[in-house]
Amino acid sequence: MSASVIIFYIIAAFILGTGILAVTTRKIFRAAIWLLFSLIGIAGLYFLLEMNFIAAVQIVVYVGGIVVLIIFSIFLTQKSGKEMQKPILVRQLFSAVATVIGFALVWLLISHNSFATNSTSIVDVNVANIGTQLLSTGEHGFILPFELVSILLLAAMIGCIVIAMKTKQEQL
Amino acid sequence: MSEIPLTHILFVSTALFFIGMYGLFTRRNMITMLMAVELMLNSVNINFVAFNKYLFPENLDGVFFTIFIITIAAAEAAVAIAIIINLYRSHHSIDVEDATEMKW
Repeated sequence: MSASVIIFYIIAAFILGTGILAVTTRKIFRAAIWLLFSLIGIAGLYFLLEMNFIAAVQIVVYVGGIVVLIIFSIFLTQKSGKEMQKPILVRQLFSAVATVIGFALVWLLISHNSFATNSTSIVDVNVANIGTQLLSTGEHGFILPFELVSILLLAAMIGCIVIAMKTKQEQL
Repeated sequence: MSEIPLTHILFVSTALFFIGMYGLFTRRNMITMLMAVELMLNSVNINFVAFNKYLFPENLDGVFFTIFIITIAAAEAAVAIAIIINLYRSHHSIDVEDATEMKW
């Protein structure tokens, strides 16, 4: 058992533990902080898998963007020190049963499937390769989704402004 | 890093997906439900990266899918939070049980 395998299991336990705390803790601000730790753990997993660019994007967008946005919206809408009310026991029970059964099903499929790993002609996942292929118009190029996503981001930005804009009080 | 078995990475991502699903089922506060959705999206990203790394190392499709999912998740979170803040302004609550105007 080499060091990277041990590090993988530590990171996996960290991700799952903080993920469970993020969905079960009753203080909403703590839930956001546990989510932050879980996302950092996932970035660590990407670093371990040698996907450095994805890990950097994960930290910048999720940890630096989305979680900060969530924390700000908590401050704007919630009393963050107060505990949320407990979910109904029946709902808790049935959700736990549903998730356990779903997990068992998926895990059954995964463990019975043998994945043929191949390690032929490995592409170096560096930023230059990603950038060239993302913007290429040839085969395996991703220029069309790239442009579509840019339009989607513009639409989301304008949509956010329109939704959250305060309508001016009518002057009497 | 190929000494980590692929199924173990898939175990982590599957478990994270169902943790997010549990959160989505039990929580009734919109912001915490949004957090659960983020966890689920992240588990899918782990899957894409792991499959790209182990099964198709000769091209980069999984990396691009992950980048697009992260982008769309950011847009989705921004729109969702705008809607939540607007709902809070009109209802003074972001509990899903309190927003029943559009219930059929």
